[in-house]
Order: sequence, then structure tokens, then C-alpha cells
Amino acid sequence: MEYKENEEKVVSYGTYILVWFGLLVFTGLTVTVSGMNLGRLSIIIPLLIASSKAGMVIYFFMHLKYEGILFKVMLFITLLVVTIFIGFTFFDISYR
Amino acid sequence: MNQTVTIAVEKHRDYIGSKIGMWLFLFTEILLFGGMFLIYSVYRSVHPYDFHNAARELSLIIGTINTLVLLTSSLTMALSISAIQKGNKKLSIIFLILTIILGIIFLVNKYFEWDAKFQHGIYPDSPGLLKRKEGEILFYGLYFVMTGLHGLHVFAGVILLSIMLIAVIKKPYTEFSLRSPHLELFRGSRLAAYDKNRREFWKSELIDDYVKEIIVTFKYILTKEKVNKADFVQLENSGLYWHLVDIIWIFLFPLFYLIT
Repeated sequence: MEYKENEEKVVSYGTYILVWFGLLVFTGLTVTVSGMNLGRLSIIIPLLIASSKAGMVIYFFMHLKYEGILFKVMLFITLLVVTIFIGFTFFDISYR
Repeated sequence: MNQTVTIAVEKHRDYIGSKIGMWLFLFTEILLFGGMFLIYSVYRSVHPYDFHNAARELSLIIGTINTLVLLTSSLTMALSISAIQKGNKKLSIIFLILTIILGIIFLVNKYFEWDAKFQHGIYPDSPGLLKRKEGEILFYGLYFVMTGLHGLHVFAGVILLSIMLIAVIKKPYTEFSLRSPHLELFRGSRLAAYDKNRREFWKSELIDDYVKEIIVTFKYILTKEKVNKADFVQLENSGLYWHLVDIIWIFLFPLFYLIT
């Protein structure tokens, strides 16, 4: 019955709570910024904050930090595909 | 007389493969919602002012509360997995129940939010909505489809986590059976089980000529020492799904409630 597997990295409760606190701060920040009138920035800043929040969730909560290179490459390819979809569609729209 | 017979036990469990499968599924989800975000951004660029005006009517307070609820549920989900990795089944169950409750709170908030919109005569294809400008109709169409589909995902997640809750309460022990390949070896003897101090705590009936098959089932109750990755890979995969649902909301929130 003894079979060895690589030790799973057990993340401490404190790390998760710290990440959660960071997510709350970012949420507060994005709500505050939305109240200001920043012109074009008022679209870019919330999206940047949302991307940072998503990155924190993927990196820590979804354990991507502790996964092998394969998982990181797979995620990168998926995000690249989505970026190409959206980017190329906007090339099309802006030059119509 | 004691004679030790070694029986090879093999149970194939592919921890990495299981996780890769889950991530691949999540990628299809990212592409599904990615397509919708694409539609949203294209129509937004075509009708910036209508989107701006329509978004102002959504309740920022409910949106913010739901964001906090989902973020916290992601935390309790991650804590639940950490707890079971440390062999603390009780704490894991508590965190899992909290996650499910927060998921339900999100859906209840969503119900009240949609209900308020319905009260104002705004629902897909409603006469009140069709009288508005084209961009506002598109905004509310996207709002109902995207938050609706996301709500379905939360609902599915709540059901999935409830199933996992039952699994964690009932299980985390690994169970496997072995059928004796060399029955003749055991003929005329008994099977016995011993504890650490070589004290016999179980003995089988005499295995005589009438016995045609022996099935021994082992159950490993989860303890700190015995905890095994494969024991919680299902819970981990459910957690991955839950976090993805959270991530989708992280993007829906600014797009519908904030960018006004």
C-alpha cells in the first residue's frame, strides 16, 4: 500500500486570508475609482484591477503557483486564444 | 500457525491527469464566456452612451455585495481544501458548508436584483424595454444572458459542492477490494487481521472447500498520516470550478455595474 507521490504543497490558512484581504482591497479600490470621472481611464482601470484580481485567484486559490509548467502553458495558450479572438475582432470593427 | 502471504495491491489513480481534465473543461468555459465578453465589448464600442446610461440603472450596492460574497466563498473553498490536506475533516466540512451558504446568498441576491428589474418592466422582450434605445436593449439583453448564465453556473456549483460535502462527510477514506488470486493458498486456514501490536482483532471463518472467492475490502479512514492526494482531488477539482465561477463574476462586475 505504500506508494510515494510528490508532496502536495499545503498552503497555510494565513496565506489564503491575506490573498482574500487583497481581493477585498482591490474591490474597494475599483468601486471608488468608478465614482470618479476619468474619461478613457475609467474603462481601463477597472479592467486592469479585475485582471489582477483574477490573477490572484488563479495563482493562489487555484494553486497555479504550485502546479507544473504544463498547467501554466495550457492556461497561457487559452488566454492567448481569447486575446486573439477579441483583438482581431476589434481590428475588423475599427477599420470598417 | 501464522503464514504471511503477500498480495500485490494496485489501484491506479492519476492525480495529475484528473486535474488536467478539469482545467481543460475550465478552458472551454473561459472560451464560452470569452465569446460573450467579445459580444459585449463590440456592442459597447458601437453604443457607448446607451451602455453608459443603462449601466447606471443597475444597483451598485447589490453588485458590490455579491462580489464580496463570491470572493469570500472562494476563500472558504480554498480553506476547505487546505483543511482536508492537513487531515482536519471537521474544519473542512465547516468551510465547505460556509461556501455553499455563500453561494446560495449570492443566488438570493440575484433573485431580488432581477425581481426589481422585472418590477420596473425590464425583462427580455418586455414592452417597456423595447421602447428604449437600441444600445440599451442590447445592454439589458447581454445583462440578462451573461448574469443569467453565470447564475446557472453558481447554481451548478452549489449542487456540485453539496455532492462533495456528502462525499467528504461519508468518505475521505480510500476503499478497495482484492479478490484472492491464489485461493488454494488459503484453503484450510483462516484470514486474520492484526493491529500494530500484533494483536489479532479479526478472524475469518474457516476457508474450506465450499469457499469459492475471497473479497477483502480495506477502508482507510482519513487521518493526518494517511491523507493522500487522491483522496481530495475531487474536492480540489470542484474548488477549481468554483474559483472559475468567481473569476467570471470578477469581470462581469466592473463591466455591468462599474463602467458607467
